[in-house]
Amino acid sequence: MGISGEDLMRAAAFLGAGLAMGLGAIGPGVGEGFVGGKACEAIGRNPEEAGLLTRTMLVAQAVSESTGIYSLVVALLLIFVV
Amino acid sequence: MDAASYARAGQYLGAGLAMGFGAIGAALGEGMTGGFTNRAISRRVSMTPYLTRTMLVAQAVAETSGIFALMVAILLLFTKMADQGPSAWAAAIGAGLSIGLGAFGSGIGSGYPGAEATWGVSRQPAIAPQMMTNMLVSQAVCQTPAIFALVVSFLLIFMDYSSDPMWPYSAALLGAGLSMGIGAIGSGWGGGETGGAACKAFARHPRTKTSMMTMMLVGQAVGQTPSIFSLMVAFMLIFGNYTGQLSLHSTIAPLAAGICMGFGALGPGYGNGLTSAKACEALSMRPQNSGLIMRTMLVAQAVAQSTAIYALVIAFVLIFVV
Repeated sequence: MGISGEDLMRAAAFLGAGLAMGLGAIGPGVGEGFVGGKACEAIGRNPEEAGLLTRTMLVAQAVSESTGIYSLVVALLLIFVV
Repeated sequence: MDAASYARAGQYLGAGLAMGFGAIGAALGEGMTGGFTNRAISRRVSMTPYLTRTMLVAQAVAETSGIFALMVAILLLFTKMADQGPSAWAAAIGAGLSIGLGAFGSGIGSGYPGAEATWGVSRQPAIAPQMMTNMLVSQAVCQTPAIFALVVSFLLIFMDYSSDPMWPYSAALLGAGLSMGIGAIGSGWGGGETGGAACKAFARHPRTKTSMMTMMLVGQAVGQTPSIFSLMVAFMLIFGNYTGQLSLHSTIAPLAAGICMGFGALGPGYGNGLTSAKACEALSMRPQNSGLIMRTMLVAQAVAQSTAIYALVIAFVLIFVV
């Protein structure tokens, strides 16, 4: 089977997109989970401050999410743009 | 080289992958249980027979995923898959990956509840019957991803693909195996973290009996969601329709979708487990705030799932759009 250069490029792009989003989801998943866990523990110690603790948790999770979003962007770029 | 040789080569490779990976998790989990039990026995020697029995029961449940892997390996060694179509070799390797990797996470995860249960009972002997219940329930939920993986393996071994062309169907079957296999690791392991923390927290505050069980089950159930995404993608890849022009990129796309969803479910599954583990601990510290803790846990888990959903979206795009 003769594989054209264009075909090989698109195939590699798809594989790259899968790897980018797949591996890229590991870190934010574990990190945000850890943040959530510690937030629950903190609320267990000090339930009156639940509002503040929850807000801090969400900020921390949003920051941790950032690399996950970069992965999503790169994956979409690989599939649709290049 | 004829189709039968390819199929058998794939089967033997698949059997090796199934048993190789599958043996790791169960052994690690059982080792953890055994180690903690010894510590528990040193703390309360009078309870040795009970603690040893509990340890053996916990280890038996953790062994289950290893037995699934053995079953699939034996099936792969001795069934004749060549009649199932030209993609049989890929189905065999996919089946091996699915159960092998899937048993890894569940095996390790099932070790945590056993470990914490024996330690907790040595601290509070009176709660022994309820602790056994908590331990067994959490271990059972932990095995769920391994059971999903077993279902996918069976589908791959016994389905008939003679009407489907070898490419891209082979890539899709490999992708299905990777999706379910890798995707099951995180949920199994994370569910185990939750179960272990729930048993430990229950020993610390025995009055929280029912609310602890509820928090643990809700946390574990949400933690299973990424492995359900993996199962969905695996089913879509196995039962998909691959007509249309054959090219290298349309062949790689299903494989890439499987890899994407597999790894994409790994992190969030484990992260959700960490969150619900700490939530169970918090419940033992403030049982009266169970509603607040449960709400916080669910919000945190929902945010942690988000990257699993991105991975699911990319997998869908790779399967359906390109």
